[in-house]
Amino acid sequence: MTDGAHPAPLDAEQVRADFAILARTVRDGRPLVYLDSGATSQKPRQVLDAERAFYERHNAAVHRGAHQLAEEATDAYEGARSTIASFIGAAAEEVVFTKNATEAINLVAYALSNAATAGPEAERFLVGPGDEIVVTEMEHHANLVPWQQLCQRTGATLRWFAVTDDGRLDLSDLDTLVNERTRIVALAHQSNVLGTVNPVRRIADRAHEVGALVLADAAQSVPHMPVDVHELGVDFLVFSGHKMLGPNGIGVLWGRAELLAAMPPFITGGSMIGVVHMEHSTWADPPQRFEAGVPMAPQAVGLAAACDYLSAIGMDRVAAHEHELTAYALERLAALDGVRIVGPATAEDRGGAVSFTVDDIHPHDVGQVLDDLGLAVRVGHHCAWPLHRRMAAVATTRASFYVYNTTADVDALVEGIVAAQRFFGVLPREGVPG
Amino acid sequence: MKLDSMYQEIILDHYRSPHNKGLREPFDAETHHINPTCGDEVTLRVSLAGGPNGLDGSAVVRDVSYDSMGCSISQASASVLTDLIIGKTVDDAMAVLGEFTALMHSKGQGEPDEDVLEDAVAFAGVSQYPARIKCALLAWMAWKDATAQSLEAKEESAS
Repeated sequence: MTDGAHPAPLDAEQVRADFAILARTVRDGRPLVYLDSGATSQKPRQVLDAERAFYERHNAAVHRGAHQLAEEATDAYEGARSTIASFIGAAAEEVVFTKNATEAINLVAYALSNAATAGPEAERFLVGPGDEIVVTEMEHHANLVPWQQLCQRTGATLRWFAVTDDGRLDLSDLDTLVNERTRIVALAHQSNVLGTVNPVRRIADRAHEVGALVLADAAQSVPHMPVDVHELGVDFLVFSGHKMLGPNGIGVLWGRAELLAAMPPFITGGSMIGVVHMEHSTWADPPQRFEAGVPMAPQAVGLAAACDYLSAIGMDRVAAHEHELTAYALERLAALDGVRIVGPATAEDRGGAVSFTVDDIHPHDVGQVLDDLGLAVRVGHHCAWPLHRRMAAVATTRASFYVYNTTADVDALVEGIVAAQRFFGVLPREGVPG
Repeated sequence: MKLDSMYQEIILDHYRSPHNKGLREPFDAETHHINPTCGDEVTLRVSLAGGPNGLDGSAVVRDVSYDSMGCSISQASASVLTDLIIGKTVDDAMAVLGEFTALMHSKGQGEPDEDVLEDAVAFAGVSQYPARIKCALLAWMAWKDATAQSLEAKEESAS
């Protein structure tokens, strides 16, 4: 399938050969069917090799010391920054490394409240009583709780876009919800539960009309589709390395250069300073201003390798592959009695996170039967409790796809759901799993 | 297949036909516990009757009533709890709780005392699945909490 001169569909079987973990068995010899990439992705050998090579050849604390290893480590770290920046159409100095997307969001939220004591340059970030922060009802807790806390610290008011029954943002009140009082709009590019891809550009354009900032939580989009920060029209964008074939412990905050230049720091300490006196200190320029302490160079190198791996496949092909899997999964799940998709019923403007409920069987119990068959899915509220309340589900079961999944994995999921229905007596108990 | 070791018939029976379910009067204390990983909830009420030594460990658990929402393991566990605890003294009930908690943390290696745990021995298989232990313990922790509050409330009203 990859012999054509023009872009051929992604060959998932070929991709799978790079992921050793996918060859293992679980639960008494069952082949692993990994459908939990929305939580964390598996890592190809190219990423693991890159991280290992850094440790074996170049390991040193970056931006410190004048010895050869320190130079090599710093080059590797800054080279990784350039690769990762290119991956999202950004300039290297606009990319700040954080622990994960959650920390990146907190960095921005704390910069806004720290602006109150950071001098005239930071005045544009001031948030206080009468100001409004806008989020959506479909946010992951990581893009909700930090803004609740910002409001608590500053006296600002939290407002949000509602979600429609079919799992889309209700934009009917866009012009009133985002108004002159709005300081920042923070929203998911792609929902981790519904799979919905939000019209970020449209919302960002409205926000900019009224002078508000826009932050996109791209933890579920950057791994799965081509993302260009300028096309999205946002001011900040965050994502995590571990959800895109990269290592744990590294995430990214991208911010427009002029904003980062004026923003006060979040975490302070070594490496992020300009000059330090006993009484006071000044700050380094971005991105170092936001990277206190010895940074995660091996993880940055690993994440750059993940970007290279994805770029070699081509993000258009990644997106097309997942779109096909999503459409197939939606079609097959919709055909099952007693199964309700929580999220858009079609694959249009929708990514490969497919959450569902099964009548009369709790998601924990569905997940347990699937686990017994070797399928790894996520069960629970997926860190989006308010969204589950909105969709009238205590919890859901979620299958999420990536480059290494196949339609056979979807077939296994469907068979597993039927097995759960039989096991719990929702369907006649015949052909019980195992 | 390991699934059957977890979902024993006793558990599925309690899940389908829970015992003592529903919130009842009178009660001394009510607690509401949530499993933050999945959102499962239980609201549980305890009613105590003073024992020979008054309102201490010798008090008798007159009633345990509950309303809950959750998976088969958490629902069955609440049902089994009421069967085991109602009618016992607080001291004896706490001993059952101790046995059950120890079984849940036994990683599948426990040898449950059937005389103490009765139907609750069926949960031995659950202890092999760390993610499900909280489900099995949800109602028990709510009961422990409610009982402690009941004893405190009685102490305060007596003094």
